[in-house]
Amino acid sequence: MRELTASIDCPSTSARNRHELVIEIGNIPVCVRTANSAFLQMLENRYVGFVGSTRHADYEFEVELAPPGEVGADDDLCVLRRAGRWSFERGDFRAEWDPSSNQGSIRQSANPYSIDSVLRIVHTLVLAREGSFLVHAASAVRNGRAFLFAGASGAGKTTISSLAPKDAVLLTDEISYVRRHEGGYFAFGTPFAGELAKSGENTSAPIAALYLLAKGPENRIEPVGPVDSSRALLESILFFAQDPELVQSVFQAACEFVCRVPIYRLTFVPDARVWEMIA
Amino acid sequence: MMEKRYVARSSEIAARKLGSEMMIMSGRDSTLYTLNEVATVIWEAADGSTSLDEIVRSRVCSQFEVQLDVALQDAETLVEQLASHGILSISNEPIPRVIPARQEAR
Repeated sequence: MRELTASIDCPSTSARNRHELVIEIGNIPVCVRTANSAFLQMLENRYVGFVGSTRHADYEFEVELAPPGEVGADDDLCVLRRAGRWSFERGDFRAEWDPSSNQGSIRQSANPYSIDSVLRIVHTLVLAREGSFLVHAASAVRNGRAFLFAGASGAGKTTISSLAPKDAVLLTDEISYVRRHEGGYFAFGTPFAGELAKSGENTSAPIAALYLLAKGPENRIEPVGPVDSSRALLESILFFAQDPELVQSVFQAACEFVCRVPIYRLTFVPDARVWEMIA
Repeated sequence: MMEKRYVARSSEIAARKLGSEMMIMSGRDSTLYTLNEVATVIWEAADGSTSLDEIVRSRVCSQFEVQLDVALQDAETLVEQLASHGILSISNEPIPRVIPARQEAR
């Protein structure tokens, strides 16, 4: 049974009064430590279903909570690598991460949104190195296979998620987690929700197809050529770092994905019959 | 007689052949470019040591039904466009030390 509460008091003297939580998304456990037990409780609630059952974490972050007013303005995000260390900055948080030690720090106010953004950035950086990515797409598992529905805001990600039949397991209605594994691709559930405001199921399945969503007067599925598929996918992939090497990796990852996974344009009217075409 | 011109792919790009078309991403600003089948042939041959004239004669005219003078003019226009976006270099001399773009055929 999944251990939903993994708050652990660190035993070492230097880390006295620190509490930690392992947040595991896409089979990648990230440990966050904080001295503030109320903040930790907030995170446990935020990531319920994605709290790791193991004390082992691939990545570790110390969270320092800033007093109200020190951070808060929602400035542009800047993700840069300097002398081997990553720096993530936005008005509401500042974070650093050393990929050689896999340890980092976050300074933010006591809200769940800032750490949510930091986690997304970390995951995009980790995934870029293995030809995997996060993408603006809803995803669901049906009959053991995952289907992705990509599109910009308003394209219908939440709509098609809310129309899913009972036998479909929803992985997310907003941000899909795609990992390359043994020559194929798997979709994982994420806690990153859109308008449904509901975390996906923490499970995974091999990806059977990706649909580029468009609302229209009738339900229709059309194949999309590799160039158009790559363009559309690249427009939907989340990537924040100003780093030429990793940007090239993301480009190659998108091209590789469209070579291996069928891509279709799915035009649909907003009723449940569209799911009769998804199989 | 026209002076020979040499063309070389930029090393600051990522490129991938998808079907018969080439997709290129600029390393400068991540802008995406797509080359059609003929442009892809020229792009792949742009090694810095083969002149554009030779590329058109040996690659384009041999594979596509097109007159040499038309193909040469179109090729000039193409490489000027690509150079203006910083994804190709043009020189009147061979261009040394071309670092191949990351390419994987589909």
